[in-house]
Amino acid sequence: MTLSFNARCLVFGVVIAGLALLPLYVQLTGDRFMLTLFTRVVILALAAVSLNLILGYGGMMSFGHAAYLGIGGYAVGILAHEGIGSGFIQWPVALAVSALFALVIGALSLRTRGVYFIMITLAFAQMAYYIASGLERYGGDDGLTIYKRSDFAGLINLNNRTHFYYLCLACLFAGMYLVWRLVNSRFGMAIRGIRSNERRMRAIGFPAYRYRLACFVIAGTLCGLAGALLANHNDFVSPATMYWTQSGDLMVMVILGGMGTLFGPLVGTIVLLVLEQLLSQVTEFSGLIIGPLLMLIVLFARGGIDGLLTRLRA
Amino acid sequence: MLVVIEQCLNGLQVGLLLFLLAAGLTLVFGIMDLVNLAHGSLYMMGAYFAATFVAWTGSFVFGILLALGATLILGIVLELIALRPLYGRDHLDHVLATFGLILFFNDAVRLIWGPEGRSLQLPPWLSFAVQILPGVYYPMYRLSIILVSLAVAAFLYVLVMRTRIGMLIRAGASNREMIGALGINIKLLFTLIFGLGATLAGLAGLMQAPILTVQIGMGENILILAFVVIVIGGIGSIRGAFLAAIFVGVIDTLGRAFLPDLLRMVLSQTAASTAAPAISSMLIYLLMAIVLVVRPEGLFPAHGR
Repeated sequence: MTLSFNARCLVFGVVIAGLALLPLYVQLTGDRFMLTLFTRVVILALAAVSLNLILGYGGMMSFGHAAYLGIGGYAVGILAHEGIGSGFIQWPVALAVSALFALVIGALSLRTRGVYFIMITLAFAQMAYYIASGLERYGGDDGLTIYKRSDFAGLINLNNRTHFYYLCLACLFAGMYLVWRLVNSRFGMAIRGIRSNERRMRAIGFPAYRYRLACFVIAGTLCGLAGALLANHNDFVSPATMYWTQSGDLMVMVILGGMGTLFGPLVGTIVLLVLEQLLSQVTEFSGLIIGPLLMLIVLFARGGIDGLLTRLRA
Repeated sequence: MLVVIEQCLNGLQVGLLLFLLAAGLTLVFGIMDLVNLAHGSLYMMGAYFAATFVAWTGSFVFGILLALGATLILGIVLELIALRPLYGRDHLDHVLATFGLILFFNDAVRLIWGPEGRSLQLPPWLSFAVQILPGVYYPMYRLSIILVSLAVAAFLYVLVMRTRIGMLIRAGASNREMIGALGINIKLLFTLIFGLGATLAGLAGLMQAPILTVQIGMGENILILAFVVIVIGGIGSIRGAFLAAIFVGVIDTLGRAFLPDLLRMVLSQTAASTAAPAISSMLIYLLMAIVLVVRPEGLFPAHGR
């Protein structure tokens, strides 16, 4: 065991412990804002984890991942608007619609490769964006306010901020566990093999297209869950959730933390959102710093933060 | 009937503007293999430069020429500082780095010009309507956009097909390493191409400026449209970009103009007025998805790839 391995484990241990103990800190200091910020961090980290499954492990450069955030959110929002408040209906619908959307666009997009794949996923996400903008009954461009959070019949009360935070955290850890089990299973080996050399994998008998599609649908469904959480967190869902810059943000989170690693997306999300928050207190022009920073990370920090930690040999 | 002609001309005008943007994008993409999301920022910068320089010099023509020069210089500086290290890297790296550039440019504009939009006033010799057919009047400014864009398209055609630089550009599109190996200064060529693309993007932005307001983020929507155009047209092909841009412009404009009425014939009044805006916005994305599924390389793929 080298020191680098320890440094990496230490950071991840601190991150997990910090996230788990955060409500305690909030109780002690009364700093409610931290809880709001980190609920958002945890939800978007779940979205980043799901994107990482296809981007990092599967090599599928989807530029439309925010679409599922919106789809999951609108499923909750529309059902709530129509008077169906039960989370036992809302959330399965959110997951099912996300899975269906992923199945349809995945089946079409996965016929293409490389830049064309980036563009076609982007195009489908933009279509979802315009559909949502056209939903006059559900707020159209202005978005849809959700007056009642999902109701889980006494099982858990989402209006309690601490409980909601722990629910999100549980979803995040469950999602990470799922991804971890998945990529280390036979299925995950096949997915990673297809990323490295699709032709060879096909030659030894793996139906590459179907494996990719399955992976794409799992990632989309997981992100739909994040969308349902995000809508409950914001009490609001709008087409802007699906805009392509949001997909870009998700990509930034994954790559900043380290693609194709278990903890990378989580660390990337924390760093990006906390940095944005800190910068917004100092200056209203945070893009002047974050923009060039992204550039530097691309140029000099391959493998993101995870890569940096791995290379940290003292 | 008159409305149809007018809307077709509008579609042509939108399409030609898209072509200016897409031409730079497809050159940079096809020859340098660089995915440049910041192309929309150059479009925005062209519009801001024009609004500033026209107000500063008091002359429309002079201000626009200055703005074009400024965008060219900005493009070259951008290429030298930020993009040159990205060549040969993964497409994902390009997406991330140039996404960072968008954030940078948006906030830089907000810092320099402030958050509220600007407008670019047309001089009187452009703001009137001309009679193009008996009884059909069309705004002079939109007509001049069509003429200028067509002139630029012709210039690009001559440049790419008839000059030595164009020969190098075409050679670069089919095999980058080979023209480097043959002793062509490929770095200089790349800088020139990027500068050309930046100027075209700036030109598109400043020509659009009097029609819409000059505002932050104005390049982001149209950038995606330009990507749709080059994907439909086939990456690296200027001819493909030209045809696809006009196609997309006309379909988009006609869809927005006539789809509500068409839908009203088959659907109820309320359903039609709800569905029409969404469907007409989606139309070109749908078109792109169909093209990619049927012909994954685009309709007019560049040769030799």
